[in-house]
Amino acid sequence: MRIPLSWLREFAQVPAGATAEDVMADLVKVGFEEEAVHRPTDALHGPIVVGQVLSIVKEPQTNGKTINWCQVRVVPEGQQQSLTGEGIDPSGVQGIICGAHNFVEGDKVVVTLPGAVLPGDFHISARKTYGHLSAGMIASVRELGIGEDHDGILVLSRIGLDPEIGADAMELLDLYDEAAEINVTPDRGYAFSIRGVAREYAHATGTSFTDPASRVQAPAALAGGYGVKLNDDAPIYGKPGCDRFVARTVRGVDATKPPPPWMTSRLRLAGIRSISLPVDISNYVMLELGQPTHCYDLDKLSGDIVVRRAVAGEKLRTLDEKERSLDVEDLLITDGSGAIGIAGVMGGAATEVSDTTTSVLVEAAHFDEVSIGRSRRRHKLPSEASKRFERGVDWQVAGIAAQRVVDLLVELAGGTADEAGTDVGTAPDAVTVELPAAFAAERIGIDFTEEQIITSLEDLGAVVAPAGSGWTVTAPSWRNDLETKEDLTEEIARLVGYDKIPASLPVAPPGRGLTRVQQQRRRLVQALAASGLTEVLAYPFVSKAANDTFGVSTEGSPRRALKLANPISEEQGYLRTSILPGLIDVAKRNHSRGFRDLALFEAGLVFLPGDTLGTASIPPLGIRPSDEVLDGLYDGVPDQPLYLAAVLTGHDSPAAAGHTPRAWDWADALDIARIAGDVLGVEIVVSQGRHQAFHPGRTAQLALRTGEVLGYAGELHPKLLAAHDMPARSVALEFNADALFEAAADVIVARHISTYPVASQDVALVVPQEVPAEDVLAALREGAGALLEDVALFDVYAGKGIEEGKKSLAFSLRFRADDRTLTADEASAARESAVAVAHERFGAVQR
Amino acid sequence: MTETLPGAGVPNPLDEAAITAAVDQAVAAIAAASTLDELKAARLAHTGEKSALSLANREIGGLPKDQKAAAGKLMGSSRGRVNKALADRTAELEAENDARILVEETVDVTAAPRRRRAGARHPLSTLQERVADIFVGMGWEIAEGPEVESEWFNFDALNFKPDHPAREMQDTFFVEPPEAHLLMRTHTSPVQVRSMLEREVPIYVLCPGKVFRTDELDATHTPVFHQFEGLAIDKKLSMADLRGTLEHFARQMFGDEAQIRLRPNYFPFTEPSAELDIWHPGAKGGPSWIEWGGCGMVNPNVLRAAGIDPDIYSGFAFGMGIERTLMFRNEVGDMRDMIEGDVRFSEHFGMEI
Repeated sequence: MRIPLSWLREFAQVPAGATAEDVMADLVKVGFEEEAVHRPTDALHGPIVVGQVLSIVKEPQTNGKTINWCQVRVVPEGQQQSLTGEGIDPSGVQGIICGAHNFVEGDKVVVTLPGAVLPGDFHISARKTYGHLSAGMIASVRELGIGEDHDGILVLSRIGLDPEIGADAMELLDLYDEAAEINVTPDRGYAFSIRGVAREYAHATGTSFTDPASRVQAPAALAGGYGVKLNDDAPIYGKPGCDRFVARTVRGVDATKPPPPWMTSRLRLAGIRSISLPVDISNYVMLELGQPTHCYDLDKLSGDIVVRRAVAGEKLRTLDEKERSLDVEDLLITDGSGAIGIAGVMGGAATEVSDTTTSVLVEAAHFDEVSIGRSRRRHKLPSEASKRFERGVDWQVAGIAAQRVVDLLVELAGGTADEAGTDVGTAPDAVTVELPAAFAAERIGIDFTEEQIITSLEDLGAVVAPAGSGWTVTAPSWRNDLETKEDLTEEIARLVGYDKIPASLPVAPPGRGLTRVQQQRRRLVQALAASGLTEVLAYPFVSKAANDTFGVSTEGSPRRALKLANPISEEQGYLRTSILPGLIDVAKRNHSRGFRDLALFEAGLVFLPGDTLGTASIPPLGIRPSDEVLDGLYDGVPDQPLYLAAVLTGHDSPAAAGHTPRAWDWADALDIARIAGDVLGVEIVVSQGRHQAFHPGRTAQLALRTGEVLGYAGELHPKLLAAHDMPARSVALEFNADALFEAAADVIVARHISTYPVASQDVALVVPQEVPAEDVLAALREGAGALLEDVALFDVYAGKGIEEGKKSLAFSLRFRADDRTLTADEASAARESAVAVAHERFGAVQR
Repeated sequence: MTETLPGAGVPNPLDEAAITAAVDQAVAAIAAASTLDELKAARLAHTGEKSALSLANREIGGLPKDQKAAAGKLMGSSRGRVNKALADRTAELEAENDARILVEETVDVTAAPRRRRAGARHPLSTLQERVADIFVGMGWEIAEGPEVESEWFNFDALNFKPDHPAREMQDTFFVEPPEAHLLMRTHTSPVQVRSMLEREVPIYVLCPGKVFRTDELDATHTPVFHQFEGLAIDKKLSMADLRGTLEHFARQMFGDEAQIRLRPNYFPFTEPSAELDIWHPGAKGGPSWIEWGGCGMVNPNVLRAAGIDPDIYSGFAFGMGIERTLMFRNEVGDMRDMIEGDVRFSEHFGMEI
């Protein structure tokens, strides 16, 4: 909401020197955020004066254009020019070149004299052009920053002005005014008006306030006016769409009369374009009182006005000349011809006022917030009217607003008001709230006095009556947001001042610290970062193709994924089922910035919808749903486990003197997964794996001892790397971190540390090529028995001396007993039984 | 009187002067050795089998019995002197040698290659943890929840009326199909609702996490950002308790001088509601109040939705943006730096914040 200061001053005690910034600083105390300052003089400086065109000499140019060489009087005849400066002619007559043709000799115009500055930092000076010294400019509304009109220069008589020559044109056009723009929260519809904001300004500054509604003399009752019927047969939530409709008629208006500058200036500062006198009046009254009104051309109406819901298939051409298909829930204003407006949102084109209108029907109605909001959303028609109706308009002010429009039509458009008028509808019940005496003090922590409580509420316009030990408070008609004792408490605290609230620190009961999973997650990401990886946080929005490639291991099977109804980009319209696409994007961005050696990781949620998706309905607010309904809500929320993924490209370190960096390879991806396992005390079982995003021969499947698959690690598929313009041999891994956390033991039982000497034995086994080393290792471990402390693969060899299709795996076995020094024979026997199992399982023979 | 025995100039082991001369010669040779090799040569010349002292010593065996003791004593002390000189000089030269090797092994440590580096945490993650730790220190617990949520938890349970403009102002990402009433949470408040439903009162929880709004990415907006929201439900909690908690937290985050300000505002889930500003002495363009978040006393409808009796319990809630906090606490000028994953951004912070 933008507040022109001159307007605010009519109703509140704003100090003479106060700026828009000062006003905003006061309003912020009562809850209006500062948005912006609108001050024409920030971009517009004089001298800008009224001039009269004495003569025009038309001079055709070689380029086909004709320019006007004008003599313009800028001080009254017989007076001396009091301004001095370069380009100011002491005679009081300026020679000015002008390209526009929409004026004649004798017209009074706005002259920007040398030294003036116009919006866009456009400095006016005397300059040689078209063979003359042009000393100033005859201005258009566009050049002055007060309109969009391209049609040439502003001729003052056409906006109804006949000022003195030499008068300050900025004052004439009200350009010294300024506006404060504040943000109004959606609960405070009343503050979308000068009336509401002036009241708040008075609260903020402790000064007095004049209600603009009180200055309007509206008849107590109206009768005999235009026929209006309220006929809502389908109220929403039981509330009638329209519960008041005031109609007034004014005849003999001249709709072509220009609106006065004070009105257009205020509208412009408030952000509203001038359209025509009747429309401007309607908008002006809306800004002043908060009540939207509508002017119909009375001669275009036929029969009674009926406010009703639309019928199926009904259509309306709205003011913006668009044909709109109406919904049966839309509340309409209709007459004998059918729909003439979507109530509270936009009027129809057929009945709008035009230059030829002479009789006007003024509508000031009160509509249901929900109904208007739905129509506005349905037709995507945010309007100044709907904004106010949606948030709530004062039921009581409709008649006053209609009268104010009538008064202005009479005063400015030369009309005559009919005595008869229409006012139908039923006032809603006033809202009363019980406020226990101690409630506000307990809730806020300030010991409010009775006087503070009563005065604050009465200042708002509420009626406060004692009731028991507290009060019964009747909210003012313009405050539909005051429904509970908490609402009243906020008002009391707000008016007394939030800065008066003291500070006390409540003591929470003993807490349990971070949960196990929270600690595990921290350990995991901390360990990976400490191991040289850089954490990134990518967006979870991905393409369908990315999910189908990374989210599912088998090629060609589409991934079940969540699609957004309103994504930022259609291409990235899905929620990720894998972290990798985001990491690859981040890697590419870093590559493009010159960083090729990367080790990136992210721990984040992925979205894995199951068979149940959401719930068909949702329970109402303000009441705890049953356990059954709650279970339905919980079950409908898709599975969102924490995944961890990493992408490694290039080398493990920068090249340097005396150091040759190592290219990341598939084993690094496995190492990272194993570090994750080490950190959490969970064994990760590696086996040869297949995943369509990975190299078919260089991919490990990561699993738990139980067989549960956690994810994959290895080299990314060469084709995929090429398609993504990624360096060859880039490696990656991804696993379900939640599953890893869950596999961690609650208590890790200590292992006895034997201090007896170790007995080491090596063994080389020849096995078929295709037998995985990990399996042979497992066989050895199993066969060696309890004396085996550790076994490790230290060499793999195939070639000369080894049969074709076979390979030699060399293992070192470490034996140790808990209770004695092992003899060489005992160690050898254990080794032999280890080899026996490997032999039995894979035909392994000792080399 | 000097008597030389027959043979090749072997000193008489009883001839003290001759023996002393041989010893002096030996000691001089040892002292003159400047390397371990020269010392070895000197040792062989003066203590080897053919050396004068060794030969003299051998003569003792041939002496008359009564002279043996005197000769043995003389030769013993003489050879002792030589051996001591030898040992001392050996130690000296070895020490010199060791020192020289160390000098020769000197490297330019400033030319060391960087073979292994620690990586980096994302500062948004680190900051979230730091915030969490402050509250855990106050006895609060950390609660988390899903990022795709049921509309009820995100809106209705939080007293957003179905047709209220406040609901639209959240710029929500909806999940298809719309009939399923699923969305990407627009704040972490649904976690507060879940906490109230799942925990026993009193409740003191902090809910950090990722949230989503349909804003295009620019210098100050991002469709994906992070929040932390606090919720306290207990008997007799007041807005003074809210202020005290926020003040304590602000001082933990920004130092003992930190100041906060509450301004009236509106949120469907709190009543009274306030905007929280923090005093930022180092703000660009001079010290000023910076909007930090929203807060207020939990709306009784929210308590009711979670089955908590608002006549017995009251509560307060607050919420701040992690990105915003990082922007003014750590002087990050552009939101995009936090989003794009440029490794320079994270690596600058390392694992700290």
